Amino acid sequence: MEFFKIKKDIPFMSYGKITTSISLVTFLFAVFFLASKGLNFGVDFTGGTVIEVHYAQPADLAKVREQLAATGLHDALVQNFGSSHDVLIQVPLKQNLAGAKLSEQVMDGLRKQDAGVEMRRVEFVGPQVGKDLIENGALALLLVSLGIVGYLWMRFEWKFGLSAIIANLHDVVIILGFFAFFQWEFSLSVLAAVLAVLGYSVNESVVVFDRIRENFRTMRKAGVAEIIDNAITRTMSRTIITHGCTQMMVGAMLFLGGETLHYFAMALTIGILFSIYSSVLVASPILMWLGVSREDFIKPEKTEAEEVLP
Amino acid sequence: MNRYPLWQYLSILAVVLAGLIYTLPNFYGESPAVQVSPLRASLKADVALLERVEKTLKAASLNPEVVALDGNSVKARFADTDNQLKAKDVLSGQLGEDYMVALNLLSRSPQWLTSLHALPMYLGLDLRGGVHFLLQVDMKAALGKALEAATGDIRSALREQKIAYAGVSRDGNMLSVKFRDAEARGKGEAEIKQRFNDYALSANEAGGEFLLQATLKPEAERRIQESAVQQNLMTLRNRVNELGVAEPVIQQQGADRVVVQLPGVQDTARAKDILGRTATLEVRMVDEEHQASPGAAAPFGTEMFKDRDGNLLLVKKQVILTGERINDAQPGFDNRDNEPAVHINLDGVGARKFKEATRENVGKRMAIILFEKGRGEIVTAPVIREEIGGGRVQISGQMNTMEAQDTALLLRAGALAAPMEIIEERTVGPSLGADNIKRGFDSTKIGFIMVALFMIAYYLMFGTISMVSLGVNLLLLVALLSMLQATLTLPGMAGIALTLGMAIDANVLINERIREELRNGVTPQAAIHAGYDRAFGTIIDSNVTTLIAGIALFMFGSGPIKGFAVVLCLGILTSMFSAVLVSRAMVNLMYGRRARLANVAIG
Repeated sequence: MEFFKIKKDIPFMSYGKITTSISLVTFLFAVFFLASKGLNFGVDFTGGTVIEVHYAQPADLAKVREQLAATGLHDALVQNFGSSHDVLIQVPLKQNLAGAKLSEQVMDGLRKQDAGVEMRRVEFVGPQVGKDLIENGALALLLVSLGIVGYLWMRFEWKFGLSAIIANLHDVVIILGFFAFFQWEFSLSVLAAVLAVLGYSVNESVVVFDRIRENFRTMRKAGVAEIIDNAITRTMSRTIITHGCTQMMVGAMLFLGGETLHYFAMALTIGILFSIYSSVLVASPILMWLGVSREDFIKPEKTEAEEVLP
Repeated sequence: MNRYPLWQYLSILAVVLAGLIYTLPNFYGESPAVQVSPLRASLKADVALLERVEKTLKAASLNPEVVALDGNSVKARFADTDNQLKAKDVLSGQLGEDYMVALNLLSRSPQWLTSLHALPMYLGLDLRGGVHFLLQVDMKAALGKALEAATGDIRSALREQKIAYAGVSRDGNMLSVKFRDAEARGKGEAEIKQRFNDYALSANEAGGEFLLQATLKPEAERRIQESAVQQNLMTLRNRVNELGVAEPVIQQQGADRVVVQLPGVQDTARAKDILGRTATLEVRMVDEEHQASPGAAAPFGTEMFKDRDGNLLLVKKQVILTGERINDAQPGFDNRDNEPAVHINLDGVGARKFKEATRENVGKRMAIILFEKGRGEIVTAPVIREEIGGGRVQISGQMNTMEAQDTALLLRAGALAAPMEIIEERTVGPSLGADNIKRGFDSTKIGFIMVALFMIAYYLMFGTISMVSLGVNLLLLVALLSMLQATLTLPGMAGIALTLGMAIDANVLINERIREELRNGVTPQAAIHAGYDRAFGTIIDSNVTTLIAGIALFMFGSGPIKGFAVVLCLGILTSMFSAVLVSRAMVNLMYGRRARLANVAIG
């Protein structure tokens, strides 16, 4: 079986202007939604209390709300979580409430209503913790970006490092844009997924770059655009199959992993889709515009040596 | 050209076998068990204790499956929870207060595996259920306490040396000692400099007064904060022991935070009560010159507290002793009138200070004040009958047996050096934990099957080889996680699925390369060789970038995210080994020997 039998190289580079414009528009949309709607930060970052409870019968949300209001928690958010038997209660952080004790008050109240209610999960995060997490997340993002640029610089050339990181940070912004647009909860595990995408989608660029470098050595007479087109076309089959396989794994998590893994898998899915696009249609045109050339790889000493030979 | 020397096949086989052995314990499951561990440092879990536990269980006609010595505890495994609970009751009744008897789960894996240190993966709290707390130590309070103690010490030092001074006061982080003249200040400065070298001194004149100002040196400040955290860790360990948790984790995190993890604990209210009991204990003198009246402000240098019956008492601000000077406290009875009493044993410094204070204050009352959440309550305010030396103190009167026990427990568990606050709590119920394991396992399984079907259909024989090596990858990853006893969390399970999905990349790269070489008309043997050879550089490059992300996540992530990062990093290492070496070995075995290979099954 073979999906991709491409006889001629596809002239990706001649579409460069169009594809990068599309990217730019998507990117600007993402930035717009991030700025206007903002991320819906989860309790990990904002602080507050989340309580997940399970009822033997379908839960009556109105009654739960009533009970919470009776305990003085009027602004608690009550919703079903995964199934009609499971209820998620979110209480924002408040100065006057003894944060850590809150979950017991709530559980006591709910037990009075229905003795069969089962505590599934409690998360309480104080204000100090959330701030630290945001700082650490930003630091990790910075460190990963610098590490990747540095490594690609060392292995290839600075032009490769720069164009790869531009393409991949563009993926990250787009993932965040999706989370802002749909107001999906941005939790700690989503952050982990975003950072994993950053490391993962660079793979994609690396594979193409490797081919470009190889082509510079073997396709002596071809122009830069031709070389890049050939590299992308030759690696396309691998790109689609690899991402397809990773996506099968991530898809299984998306549908079977339960609520906790759902958004984690969602961030990965968006990241995988856009990383295919960006590494081929964003990183490579940028690389070309940065002026990559054969001289970046073939050292001048070698040419001198060749000249001496008869 | 596609042949490995024999030793290479054998070493790959050895690695895979080792992986198999260390993965095995995960398949046996766990049984309920009871764990007995000594609470005092002087007691050790040894063969004697083992025999004692065995005998006790036999006497109660409970038949454990295994009783074994493990580290500093004796563990007995039972067939069901019913026997486990009975055993716990019997053992805690028989062994007394010196041992902690806790419920636990023990792997059912056979003895020979355990003796190889092959243990099942260590599951995080989100998979096995339990409570995770992050506590913040109030450093300002720790410093404040040190400064408050120093004011008292400076006073008594000056008094001892008969140096005239007008007063010692504390203003924020600065202590000011007032003198009447420069000469006294010179003497005082020399004395303080010699005794209190934690403080930086500066002389000052203001409003006709000769001042000496002392501030803590930065290194002393750091030391005080460090020891405050250390003492709190110690105290928390003692308190957690009271809870009877089998494998608690109590660790420092960062400069001023403490992580407490209590696997299997469901009663979070009690756990919080005992941990969050941010009690500090202080012994001070009762001020008897003034009368306490409700509503009125306390006179200068004193504070007003209520005792347990709600009566108001004025107490001097100067602290004689804090809870950290208490070595031991036991409930008991007063040997004169048989009233319930608490017997306290002080350490050397505490004993000396206590002797001084009691000598100077015979006939007066001293108050033992318990501070909880910034509010003080007088536990007891006994009258000092005589000078008490030797550090043995008895408090009696005004209490019943229960109160004596409570008070002793509080004193014994030790007070915290500085108050702590819970700033993060994550509790996972046992049913959610079990669900999480099932979900993580299911999604990995389904994903793996889908990928396998596709790969085999697409690359035929080479696809099959890729999938066997991916299976080896999973085996090695689980073995490595079990060997290192790294904590497996739900994001960690997601990490396993993700690394498997990513690891297939290496095989796809190789297989595609072989196909390409074949298309270019290269002979099958040469195509296999070139395929593995050329793809290798790309595999390294693409894995290093993911490894960079994994390491950053490990450095900056906390809790579950760290679990994800560990799996990601380990998974990259095992996938490089299995995708390159294991699959190559299989290909070599299959095709490498044939001199004339007409075609290979790569689809």
